[in-house]
Formats: sequence, C-alpha cells, structure tokens
Amino acid sequence: MLRLDDYAQVAPPGVLDIVRRLAERVQGRRMVHVSGGRFGGGVAETLRALVPLLGELGVETTWEITGGDPAFYATARALEAALGGAERVLTDEALAHWVDMNRLNAKKLALDADLVVVHDVAPATLVAQRTDARWLWHGHFDASRAQRRAWAFFRQFLNQYDGAVFPLPEFGRRLGIPQYVIYPSIDPLSEKHRELTPREVTAALAGLGVAQDKPLLVQVGPFTRDHDPLGVVNTYRLVKKHYDVRLVLAGTAGDEPENREVLADLREAAARDPDIVVLELPPDAHLQINALQRAATLVLQKSVREGFGLGAAEAMWKGKPVVGGFAGGLAQQIIPDVTGYAVRSVEGAAFRIRHLLNNPELIARMGAAGREHVRRTFLLTRHLTDYLALLIHLTR
Amino acid sequence: MRVASFPFVFHGCVELRQALDKQARDERELMDRLEEVPKESIFYHTHGYFLRHRPFTTAYGNDFARWAAVEVRDLELAERLAVVDPFEFADLEQLREELVTIVHDHLRRLTWVPRVEFGQPFHFQQSHIIEVPLGAPVTTLAEFRQGLAAVDASAIYVHMVEARARRGRGVSDFGAWLREALGLGELADRVERIDLYMASLERVRARVLSLVDQALDEEL
Repeated sequence: MLRLDDYAQVAPPGVLDIVRRLAERVQGRRMVHVSGGRFGGGVAETLRALVPLLGELGVETTWEITGGDPAFYATARALEAALGGAERVLTDEALAHWVDMNRLNAKKLALDADLVVVHDVAPATLVAQRTDARWLWHGHFDASRAQRRAWAFFRQFLNQYDGAVFPLPEFGRRLGIPQYVIYPSIDPLSEKHRELTPREVTAALAGLGVAQDKPLLVQVGPFTRDHDPLGVVNTYRLVKKHYDVRLVLAGTAGDEPENREVLADLREAAARDPDIVVLELPPDAHLQINALQRAATLVLQKSVREGFGLGAAEAMWKGKPVVGGFAGGLAQQIIPDVTGYAVRSVEGAAFRIRHLLNNPELIARMGAAGREHVRRTFLLTRHLTDYLALLIHLTR
Repeated sequence: MRVASFPFVFHGCVELRQALDKQARDERELMDRLEEVPKESIFYHTHGYFLRHRPFTTAYGNDFARWAAVEVRDLELAERLAVVDPFEFADLEQLREELVTIVHDHLRRLTWVPRVEFGQPFHFQQSHIIEVPLGAPVTTLAEFRQGLAAVDASAIYVHMVEARARRGRGVSDFGAWLREALGLGELADRVERIDLYMASLERVRARVLSLVDQALDEEL
C-alpha cells in the first residue's frame, strides 16, 4: 500500500507539509465515503488511493458501497444518464424502488461519521435517513443539461445535503445549498501513471502490435461520437500529407450500438491504412495506456462533448503537449500556447499538429510545462488537500 | 546577527472554491453581477488569480480580463481590465467600483453589447482560504531566508498577495516583519517595491530571496 511519503517524489515541494498541517486540525474526525461500486471508473480509482492516505493522516476514513438488485442499479444508471442530459424513461415505480432500496442500505451501512460524502447518483437518497453529521453530495458529472423531470425529482434529495461538489461551476444547477468546486485528479503512482522504463514501454507497445518507427499521434478515450475519434482520423489524414506519422486510437466501445458503429467505422479506416491502429482495450489496461501515452509524440483529446475527463492531464503528466477540444474540463487542463492547443475543428487540430511536428523544441517545452501544470493542479495530493479543507470547513 | 523582537511564522494556504450560481453571458450582465456579488468574489477573481494561474501565465492578470479575451473575444475590454492592478486599491469596494466603471465606459462607446457566441459564460465564484502554519518560527534574517526558500508557494501568496488586501495598500507580512521585528526598514522598502502584478509567485519568491541575500552579505 502506498504511503504519503511515497508522493514526496512527485508532488510539488511543500505540499505534503501543507497536507500534514491541515490534517492536524481534524485529527480523530471521521469521514465516510459512499459510492455505488468499488470497481471501475475514476471515482473508485481516486477513493482507492485517497481513503488509506486520509487514514494515515489521522482522519478515520471508511468507504461504503450501496447494494441493490438489478432494478436498483438500472434505475440509478438511467437517472444518472437523464441527469447528464440523455433522454431516458423513468417510471414512478422504478424511482420509488430505488429510494426504498437506499432506505434499506441506510440501515445496513456504517454511516456514523463527522462528514458523510456521497458520490454520484446510486447512493444519493441515503440523505433522507441522515443523522446529525454533515452530509455532502459529490457529483462527478455535468448536470447542467439534466432532463427537467429527472432534475426536479433528484433536486429534492440534493437540497437535504449541507453542500454539493461539482468538478466545474458550470456543471451544477440552481440549488438551495452551497456548491463547492473540486477538480478530479490522477494518482501519479498508479499503474496508469507511474514512471516506466524505456524497456517497459517498448514491451507494452510490442504486445499491442504498435511499431515505434514513426512519430505517434495518440488519442486515448471511449469510442463515442462525443470523443470524436472519426474527427481524429480526418485530422491525421490532413497531417499525413506532410508528415509520415502513425495514428493510434485506444479505448473502449462498450455495448452501446452507436459506439459499436463508431468502432466499426474506425476499423474500416484502419483496414485501408496500415498507419492507423485501432485498439479496443479492456477498462483495466492501465499499463498499456501508460505506455502508449509515454511513447506518443503528441496526444490528441479532440472531444466535442465530455464531462471532466482527465485524458489531457494524463498525457501532460507524461510530458506530452495536447491538442484538444473545448469540451468539459479540457479548458482547465490545456493552457493554450503553454501546454498545448485547444481547437474547434479537424482543420484546426491538423494545423496545430503540423506546427508542433515542425518545431520539436516546442514539443519539449510544452511537454515540460504541461507536466508542471498537472503537478500543481491535477495530482491526488491536491485532491487530498481539497477533502481536508472541506472537512475543516464543514465540521468547524 | 540581529534577533527579531518577535518571531515570524510562515503560513501556507488551501483555497476551497465555491460557485455562486451567478453567471454573465454578455458584458452588461458582467457589469450587473460585478455590482451585486459579495466582495469575496471580487477578491477571488482578482487577487486569487495569482494563486491559480501565476505559475504559468501572467497573460490576463485577472479572470474578468481572461473571460473578455478568450470567451467574448473583446480584446479592447480585455486590455482595459488586464491592467487593473488590485494592489493599487485601498479596499475591495474601490476595486469593484473600478471594474464596474471600466465595463460601463466600454459599453457606452458601443452600439451593441458583446456577448459569448462560442465561448463559456462567466461563472462567479468565491473561495474559503484555509491557512496553516508551516515550519518553525524564525527569529533571524538567515532563518527567514532558509524558511522562505523551502515553503510552499502558497505562503508567498498569503504573505505578499493576500496580506496586502488584509493590511492595506503596500504592506506585506514580509515587509512588516522585516521593519518592525528586525528593524530593517530599507530592506522592507525594497521588498514592498517588488512588482507583484507582473510576476509569478515563484518569481516573487526569487526576488525576495535575492534582496535578503544582499542584506545578509552587507551584514557580514
């Protein structure tokens, strides 16, 4: 298990001192995190690292998981999709069952603490059975375009909390409680982000069948229209007229028919061009993604719509400039002209990539600036300070 | 070696951000919201800019100028807002008045109200600054130098940026201690003359260190 001192090698100087001093002010207080699952997704990855570190710092911290039948999880998933703006059918019966299941969960889970932090939708109605502790809801998605009926139903529960947290101010909606803003983070010592030796990178790429004989343009992300991998292929084709590069698209498609269609289109493009490599990877292919990002010459994150994905920050941590879109949290990650470029079109992306390929010294400079930006803004140690600050602020 | 009449304790800080559910989609809305938001929000978007952006860029100086330039694409307003030095104002209400006046004057010259077409609205925020003491108290200039070189950059923000809003124009915690506790008025004056507005926190640290080094050399 990693300890706080292990982060001294990667965190900004002085930050661990601040973390320890903050923790001194909340010694012995208890914090419970509650989520809908222990595996998969950024929230679980973050909690897996944060919970033991908070414990090491003297804040007694536990992590509880809600349980339920398939209908419970199906309703939670549908409601989360509707709160994210998608059209879903939500019946009164299904919603009532979901609330009932959480009433049972409240009896089973150990929620006795000074601060209870409830993550995302599945456990959100636990607050109806709250005790006199402080309760905080931490939403990790963009609720600004929520379906009206879904939001009206969900809002009545959110207003029972003492505060809500969103990754960006624009992701929230009108509520009667304070709304705090906390960016997500990456764990620099995890398998996905730890330092790799050149030998490890070479071996991982060989395993994926990716040759390293040409500059690599890499996009890592789900094969969805929101992440625009087809736009990335068109960008690559414009760049390819001038530079002999290889494009690697790595990600997951899942079972959604639309995503399978996108993947089929990408595979068709790859079949016609040996320098387009499409890799459908399992969600736990952390080492492979780490190696791809490290082997990349440049990284693209050309999303047209997304929440606060950290694909750009992940690449920047590996010292790569990022050419990305304007969606979600990309504007917070990419500082234009300093750590990469934000673009609105295929042509814009191709122009910026050509500019970078023609100025290799810029690639090195932007890569170094990007790593420093991530070190200060998107590492787990910053997330730790945010939770400690919340604990101090809310349990005064 | 002089010993201070009272010790100096470095403090770092963490900023807990809070969204205010107030947005501006055009420059008139920006002006209206500027008049009504709590002064803590004015502080967050001007002085707080140093804590969040200054490690990398000094391009805009405050969040309002950045929004006008990047989201509205109104470079004239961005330029006028960017030169507002928050350290020139005795208090946040005066700073608020200056910002409102700039936007008002700008709009009077136009026959339309510039708005975001492709960019993002301006989202007003405020923050709760939580300060923590760092390291042992220092009582000599040499100890002060050693502590300053090692502390988290947020300590430079607390003692040089936030202190000027707290104490009033032109007085930082560093300058006050050097003058009052060590009797080094000349060194304090030099520290207070550092142009915070056009520098990153690390550059400010480097300049203070350089001035302290000179003073230590003179002491020897």
